[in-house]
Amino acid sequence: MKSKLRKFHQAKWDEPIIYELSNKGEKGIIMPEAEEEIKEIAGDEISELPENMIRKTPPALPEISQMRVLKHYLRLSQETLGADLNVDIGQGTCTMKYSPKINEKFATSLKVTELHPYQDESTVQGILEIMYKLDLFLREISGLDRFTFQPGGGSQAILTMASIIEAYHKFKGESEKRNEIITTIFSHPSDAAAPAVMGYKIFYIYPDENGIPDIEALKKVVSEKTAGLLITNPEDTGIFNPKIAEFTKIVHDVGGLCGYDQANANGILGITRSKEADFDMCFFNLHKTFSSPHGCGGPATGALGVTKKLLNFLPVPLVEFNGEKYYFNYDIPYSIGKVRQYYGVVSAIVRAYAWIISLGDEGLKEVARIAVLNNNYLMKKVKEIPGADAPYAEGKHRVEQVRYSWEKLTQETGITTEDVTRRMVDYGFHMWSSHHPFIVPEPFTLEPTESYSKAEIDEYIEGLKRVAEEAYKTPDIVKNAPHRSVIHKINTESLDNPSKWAITWRAYLKKHKKG
Amino acid sequence: MKKLGFIVNPVAGMGGKVGLKGTDGLNILKKAKRLGAEPVAQKRAQKALARLKMIKDEIEIITYPSEMGENIAKKCGFLPRVIGSIKTGKTTANDTKKASKEFMDLEVDLLLFAGGDGTARDIYDAVGDGMVVLGIPAGVKIYSAVFACNPERAGDLAELYLKNRVRKVKDVEILDIDEDSYRAGRLNTRLYGYLKIPFRERLVQKMKSGSSADEKYFQEAIAEDVIENMKDGWYYVIGPGTTTAPIMEKLNLKYTLLGVDVIYNKKLIGNDLNEKQILKYTEGKRVKLIVTPIGGQGYIFGRGNQQLSPRIIENAGKENIIVVATKQKINSLKGKPLLVDTGDEKLDKMLCDYFVVTTGYNERIVYKVTF
Repeated sequence: MKSKLRKFHQAKWDEPIIYELSNKGEKGIIMPEAEEEIKEIAGDEISELPENMIRKTPPALPEISQMRVLKHYLRLSQETLGADLNVDIGQGTCTMKYSPKINEKFATSLKVTELHPYQDESTVQGILEIMYKLDLFLREISGLDRFTFQPGGGSQAILTMASIIEAYHKFKGESEKRNEIITTIFSHPSDAAAPAVMGYKIFYIYPDENGIPDIEALKKVVSEKTAGLLITNPEDTGIFNPKIAEFTKIVHDVGGLCGYDQANANGILGITRSKEADFDMCFFNLHKTFSSPHGCGGPATGALGVTKKLLNFLPVPLVEFNGEKYYFNYDIPYSIGKVRQYYGVVSAIVRAYAWIISLGDEGLKEVARIAVLNNNYLMKKVKEIPGADAPYAEGKHRVEQVRYSWEKLTQETGITTEDVTRRMVDYGFHMWSSHHPFIVPEPFTLEPTESYSKAEIDEYIEGLKRVAEEAYKTPDIVKNAPHRSVIHKINTESLDNPSKWAITWRAYLKKHKKG
Repeated sequence: MKKLGFIVNPVAGMGGKVGLKGTDGLNILKKAKRLGAEPVAQKRAQKALARLKMIKDEIEIITYPSEMGENIAKKCGFLPRVIGSIKTGKTTANDTKKASKEFMDLEVDLLLFAGGDGTARDIYDAVGDGMVVLGIPAGVKIYSAVFACNPERAGDLAELYLKNRVRKVKDVEILDIDEDSYRAGRLNTRLYGYLKIPFRERLVQKMKSGSSADEKYFQEAIAEDVIENMKDGWYYVIGPGTTTAPIMEKLNLKYTLLGVDVIYNKKLIGNDLNEKQILKYTEGKRVKLIVTPIGGQGYIFGRGNQQLSPRIIENAGKENIIVVATKQKINSLKGKPLLVDTGDEKLDKMLCDYFVVTTGYNERIVYKVTF
């Protein structure tokens, strides 16, 4: 079947904010009066609470009937283009793969949701076993020696790596002089941001003419001040750095540590490992590669692994097994402490475990192969679209994603990547421009993962093609898009203005409803 | 109703096709005409102005007579207010200057002009950075960032600005290129001044980061870093540019935006110094040079800061050159290296290396320099 663009119009409800729906006295559930006997036994439970724990005024929550609440959220959900609704390959770097619904059942079963972090070890052996075994899986996948699930996301895992780097040099009595972290401009921005907040001086390496980080620049900048290298590979351009083992050697030779940002490892699962590239640490985002839903779709976990040399610096506690039972080990001599409360996001751990178990080792490799195949098919097609291009590494294949450019389109038609983003919505597609660094002009980043069929990838390509054609023939349609979506253009200037930000109802009232 | 000032430098660009590398000055213009040069500015101005047809009823166009704007405005279907007077066929730089002043008095919201670097300099001479301008590229030499990349884009950006879709403005460099030496094969430039242009921020950037971290913010961060690392007992030679200026501002020192200043122990030694004066203070002393790329091509020496001669650079030594630039500026080079053109080939070769560029507080990039 030849893929074609479908007719699409998004629902538009003009739905108020839930607080605006509130009617005083309206109830969701009216609880029946308790029977006398129960009242007698229970007593006046409120007055038994300590005085200082009782609110003087009730919380300002909206008062709405159940049915109206249901409509409210269903309407809002109809006004979004979520991962389960559209061909979500336009959000490159985020690995928007399918998260099997069966894994959702495991993660939301009462066996998981009713657990409490303060339960006695003896009563949570099952979940500890899952954590322990997921650690073993990730050891196999990375070649490293030990994992922690404590970091609640990729950036926190990077911060953990930077903290371990600091603790290691402190242990060696060198932390004063080693205050420099090296990264690359196309590594994830947090590889620079996280160590920067710890006070490290950040050095960026730019790509050479082949689109891979310039190794000569690295040689130039390493010194006895180098604390470590934090690097992504493949970078956000989708280009794999084949000299990566030389990079780690150069840094090790001056006494630095090497941390591998594998937030997105989707194109190299079972193909390359941290160990063979001689990294001291790495982390995987369970919510990307390992199929736990991403971003707003679900909570995150940056599973962080280290080699033996760094075991003593890991955050506490680690889950151990003594042959009989699983238990928490807090006895890590030079531990950096905790980077987050408790042991990790259990729902993400359960989903990742289930996903790995269901695929097996050959299955994981297959994921990478198909993701790469899909990506290179997509790239070939996108490059045929007028106005689109894929800068760097001309004529070479990419790994799991590509950062493309609409620069030619913008120069020839005035239509920018932001315009295309808005017009794609009219065809039911999400296209995201990119995050930092904005080196590639008019960027967009696509990542088809292994989940999408050729038919769906073709459908997405048709969308891009149509919008590009419109840009040349009827640019005003693109410029003024969207026409079939929930809201028209948003004036983004207010995003630059803190006096307009309101992420709570209280802030909204304060900033926008004065007087 | 928004007011748009519109002028065309009718002779701009005429020297290009006949190989004259510019059309500044009457004699060259005559020569160009003798060589069969045709006016190009009109066509390019028309392409830009045609983009504004959509908002015809929302703006008032004020322009100069005949070939200096009136003709094109009418061709594009506008009913312009025509001011001033010219000698048709014999317009000069003075007409551009006169018109610019009048536009400023009339408080136009934007001056859209078709011309080249020379035209931009004339406008700067007349009104400084007192009004927001935008160039339609029509000249032979387009080194200044005041110009859009092509006429259509100039029209689009003007439309966005006049419709309030784009509100921010930024300062861009005007370079003075000496045409005579340029024709002789040497590029002799200095930083001439700054003009304000509408600045279409990459909306995508804001959507993701939600930050107001614009270029000015990073320039201040760079200044903090440089000052924190300043050592007593060293001379600091501060090159021209908006990226180096905040260093002096933060130190509460008088400075010249376009010239070279020298400080010692965070005290001012001299402003706007020439090569000789700089050498007088620094020769044989411990000295650091703080420079920033000037002009669109990424020159750290040899464009806009020629006071920093080979002798001064050699005296300081390669390891004492502090290059500062915002990442925006480096990224605008699109991967091309930074450049040097000191006039001394041996020195240029010696400077070809990786430099550590300060791009923010505690932030560096390692970047190639070549010539």
